Formats: sequence, structure tokens, C-alpha cells
Amino acid sequence: MDAERLYLDHNATTPLHPEVVDAMARVLREVYGNPSSSHALGAAARAELEQARERVAALVGFRDDEIVFTASATEANNTALASALLAGDGPPGHLVTSTIEHPSVVEPAARLSEVGVKVTRVEVDAEGRLDPAAVAAALTADTQLVSILWANNETGVVQDVAAIGADAATRGVPFHVDATQALGKVPVDGSAVHAAMLSGSAHKFNGPKGVGFLAVRDGIELTPWVRGGPQERRRRGGTENVAGAVGLGVAADLAVCGLEERAKRYEGLRDRLWAGIQATVPDVRSNTPLDAALPNTLSVEFRGTAGDVLVEALDLEGVCVSSGAACASGSIEPSHVLSALGRTPEEARATVRFSVGLGVDEAQIDRVLEILPRLVARVRRVSS
Amino acid sequence: MSERVVVALSGGVDSSVAAAMLSGAGREVVGITLALAGDASRCCSLADAEDARRVAERLGVTFYVANYRDQFRQEVIEFFADEYLAGRTPIPCVACNQRFKFHHLMERAAALGADRVATGHYARIDRAGPGGTFRLLRGLDRGKDQSYYLFDLSQEQLGRIEFPLGELTKPEVREQARKLGLRTAEKPESQEICFVPDNDYASVVEAIRPDALPGEGEIVDEAGAVLGKHAGIHHFTVGQRRGLRLSSDRKLYVKRIEAAANRVVVADGAGLGSSGARLERVSWIAGAAPNESTRATVHVRYRHEGEPARIEPDGSGATVRFDEPVRAVAPGQAAVFYDGDAVVGGGWIAEALA
Repeated sequence: MDAERLYLDHNATTPLHPEVVDAMARVLREVYGNPSSSHALGAAARAELEQARERVAALVGFRDDEIVFTASATEANNTALASALLAGDGPPGHLVTSTIEHPSVVEPAARLSEVGVKVTRVEVDAEGRLDPAAVAAALTADTQLVSILWANNETGVVQDVAAIGADAATRGVPFHVDATQALGKVPVDGSAVHAAMLSGSAHKFNGPKGVGFLAVRDGIELTPWVRGGPQERRRRGGTENVAGAVGLGVAADLAVCGLEERAKRYEGLRDRLWAGIQATVPDVRSNTPLDAALPNTLSVEFRGTAGDVLVEALDLEGVCVSSGAACASGSIEPSHVLSALGRTPEEARATVRFSVGLGVDEAQIDRVLEILPRLVARVRRVSS
Repeated sequence: MSERVVVALSGGVDSSVAAAMLSGAGREVVGITLALAGDASRCCSLADAEDARRVAERLGVTFYVANYRDQFRQEVIEFFADEYLAGRTPIPCVACNQRFKFHHLMERAAALGADRVATGHYARIDRAGPGGTFRLLRGLDRGKDQSYYLFDLSQEQLGRIEFPLGELTKPEVREQARKLGLRTAEKPESQEICFVPDNDYASVVEAIRPDALPGEGEIVDEAGAVLGKHAGIHHFTVGQRRGLRLSSDRKLYVKRIEAAANRVVVADGAGLGSSGARLERVSWIAGAAPNESTRATVHVRYRHEGEPARIEPDGSGATVRFDEPVRAVAPGQAAVFYDGDAVVGGGWIAEALA
């Protein structure tokens, strides 16, 4: 059954690249030392960790000693926000962010505002795009951080982070960018976007789950979120996940290599899917601005359907997709991202996200297109 | 491919075994937990959904959670509160079955390509009724029989429902669950209404309709003599004895709740009997009312032993005349008609007849 599964949910997570698995398996079997130990086994683990750090640094345009390994991008985002806004002794400051952030920024930002931090959430246009001038206009003398999602997980919309970062830099405000969905799909260069901090996660680009990173530009003081040891230059306590970091490092190498060609291929698949949907299914609309989005993502509103039911119907036919962002069981609050685009709760509920990646080919897209019209019609018949 | 069937998995032992039986018979089972009440309540809680998920994993069947919290609040909980405020004693489980398991879930099943929905109810469907009709029968385990809660199912619904546990007893179901190593095997029964914690109906009414609560009122006897005060009619149900706080040497029970007058009428045990009841929203399992009056055993609440009666259909309602007076006939409860093991029909009690 698994052989027939069509996995079009690469924004939720990705399959591991075989080279990642091999590298991790080798480390798990052979390199069990603690990187903090001074003996030979510790040194061997340390060497693996530092090589991985170099690879991640190369992926995002930071120096290797600027990379802090974490357990997830969620941890990286929590760390970045708390460090920038809670560390000082002064009065609570100001955070500028947007209305379509990932929950790992939305919730920490909400928590910060509870403790007195002023939070400005800049609105997006009907396609989900931020106007860099609007972000710049939100900056005040008290602003301590601008935090923006490079590419949105639900619709794939890509922000003009270079312009946003440049404006922030001009005003001397640190810029944190969550590049989790961008990595491996579009070129990511922390220098070019003037990022003071940049978050990422291995499992979104064919690495393992349970390991992410926060890149922190030299000169930005980072207050640890997880305390407890001298690891990561005292920026994140806890014995390092060596095998995970190695997997992340290999995935980072693979993400850099052949990126342009891969992105073109994903875009071809995504466009083929959208053209096919438009040709065979009536009453659809894309939430993804195709000319300003990740090449692999397509968010579609199938008017008059319940997206969660359509996702289940597709699953029973072997097609894995997602309705909006993956959530805890049972929770289908209309997506805040689609709401920010001006979609009604019914429209948001009718949305399904397709995201392609490693292993997806044209034949698979065509099989999905074979199945989809019948299922949409069935779900619509019952809902009407 | 084997026939696909959606099983409503509550996270309890009954629906677990129902799913196991269908899966064991080679059916393609899709287990779905309905998220209905808030997480605080006992059933439909996150923990129960997790139990259901683990059972589905154990059985190797597909599992989803379907969120109907908004509709459940509107269609069941608010109706429940309004019934109490109108002086009636609602029984939300019938509407929950009808609207959620056999309407919303049945539609979802159709959307998923499944013609049938199965539940863990103790009831049976006879697919060879007269004229090709379906008959609804009691579960073989008379102590667990839940046909009372299913009286308003239509022929079309019965044609698409399966009750795998109908021929089993509860001990047999638990034994099956143990044999299969299901984590729900020893899980205790839920006896209360799922969204009413600790049987505290009044608190639910107060939380749902804070602006519509009745104030203090009088407790009177049948002659109209004032015996005491009450803190709101939603604290009372017909037949209730506790909580009246009356200083009387007689054993007094709630006989009637007069919502318009905000009054609770009490009587002693002898005054509690009713000769019959007016019913509304009556449905008949066969699909149509009989042309003339008919005889059946009528149950006026779930645990009622039943009383032989004559039923006189009248438009969408009916009048029931019991052979012997029946105690504590409560408006808002369902009166369900049985012919032996078969449910003939039923309706909602609008008024108890003196």
C-alpha cells in the first residue's frame, strides 16, 4: 500500500534523502561520544558536529560559529523572540511582525504582548504579500525586532525579505527571518537580506525531524532559551543531537546543490497540477500567487467543500495532502493565514494544500488529477 | 476491494469492538471520532479521542477526527438548555444520534465513499421486515439495549446503519476486547450525558443561557398552596424528590413544572401518575403512521419498564393512553413504542395527561 502512496505534503514534512539516512546511520552506529568530552570519542563527535555546522552556515550565508543547533525551528523562533524582547532590563519594547506568521511566532508574540511588549502585526494584501514600506512604517524608536516569515507554509507566498531587512538595517533594528519553508526551495542568503537572526529546520528539506537551528549574526547577543550547559557556546544547553545535526548538515549540502534546477522541476509539477485542476474541476481558486510563491506549493480553494473531508477522501485513495496547516487532532479553526487574506471561514475551510518535493514526478501528478475531480464532486454532492 | 464502512469510534469499549468485528470480517474500516463537546467533558474529550486513535492503530484501520463542535453546541447543547428553561426534561442523546452519528457522520461517510455507518449501539436491524422494510429491534442484551435512543431513525438511515454488537452481551464485548488486547477493554461505562459533568444539569443551563435564567419562584401543591421557594425551574425534573427542601411530613415529588408561572408543582406519590401523554414530532419506524389507533408497550424514559397502551395517531403527533397510570411522565422525554422486541415508533412528550 505504501508503494502506491502519493505524497504531496512536503510542506508538512519531507522524506529523508538516502544520503542523509546513510550519514546519520553511520554516526548513530559509530560516533556515540559526547562532543563535550575531552577524549578521542568526544573529539570525533565534536568534529562531526562542527562539520555539520559549516554546512548549515554555507546554506544560509552565515559564519559557522554563528549557527546554534536547536531541536526545531519552533525552538529557534521562540529563542529569537524572547532573546530580542525579554533580555534587557529596560521597559518592554516593540516587536514588528505580520498577520500571516507561523504559530511558532504567533504564540510567542501573543505571550510577549501579555507581558507588556507592544506587538505590531503588519497586514498583507489579498495575495498574502507584505508591503516592505508598510513594515518600515511600523518601526519606532522602541522597536527591538522585526520578525517575518520568509515563505508562508500554507500558501507559499514569498516576502520581499531583502527590502524588509534593508529597511530594518537602515534603522538599526535587528531583523529575524524564519526561513523554514524557504530552505531548499529558493535561494536563502542571510547577508543579502540583512538578517540578524535566521531560523530553519532540517525536516522541511529532506533532513531528520528533531533538529533545527538559529543563525545569530556575530555581535547580536543571544540569551539562551534552553539553559543547562556550556554547549553551543553557551547559547543552548543540552548534549548535542550529533546524528541529527549531521543529518541536517548533509541535507543542507544537498539543498544548496542543484537548487535552481530542482526549483524549476517543482514549479513545473506545481503548474501542471494547477492547470489540470483548472481544466477538470469547476469553481476553484488558488490562494497561492504563482509568480511570487515557493515553486512547490499550491493552496486551492475547492468552493463548497469541507477541506478536511476532501483531505480524508484523498487519503483513502492514497493521496497525502493537507487542509491548511497541520494542526492538533480535531482542531479546524479557519486558518489565520487565509483569514488574513480576506477569506471567509467557509472559503478557508474549503482549502487544500498540495506541496511537491523529492520523489514526486509527472506521472504522480497525473494520477492525482485522475482521482481528484471525482472526489471533489462527491464531497460537494454531500455538502450541498 | 472490500466494502468501506465508517465506524463512529468514541474511545469506549463498545465502538472499539464494533470496529474490530467489522475489520475482522474483512471490511475496510474507517474509524472516525466525532469531536462534539468541549474538552472538559467526559466523552468526546481529547483523552477519549486518543483512546480511539490507539484502538484504530491496534486494529490497523484508518482513523480521523471530525470536528462538529459548533454544530453540536447549536443543535444539541443549546436545545438542551432551552428545554430545561421551558420546564421540560430533555434527552439529548436521541438528537445526538440522529443529527451527528446518523446525519453528519453519514454524510461524511458518503463523501468518503462509504455507504454504511456502524456504531457500538446495542440494537439490531432486521433487514427482512414486511414489504422489504427495515425493522429496529432491541439489542439481545436486554440490560444494555439502546434502541430507545434510536426510535426516530428513518428507513433510509436504517438501510445504511450497522450495529455489530446487537447480538452480543456486554460481558461478551469486554471479552472480545480483552482477547484483541484493546486498551479500552476495562474502560468504565459513561452513564452521564457527555457534556454534563457530574450530572450537574443546572450549571450547564446557566453557562449556556446566562441571560435567560428564571429567577426564584414558588413551590406549590396541586391545590395551589405555597409550600416553599425554588431557585429556578431549571433545577427540577418531573419525578424528582431530592432538593425540594420542603418542611412537610409527606413524601413529595415534582409533578409538573409550569414555566410560564415559574412554578414547580409537587404531589405525593399517589398524585404522580398519568393516564396518558400528548406526543409531538412522532415518527414511525415503518415510515408512516398507522391508519388507526394501535396498541404497543410504551417506555416514557430510558430505564422505564414499559406500560401497555393505546396510541392514537393525530397528524404529526399522537395521544398515548396507558392501561395503568404511569409515574413521572416528563415533558421533553421520549415515549418509545415497542411491539415485543421491535421499536414501532416514538415521539416527544409534550404534556402528561392527568
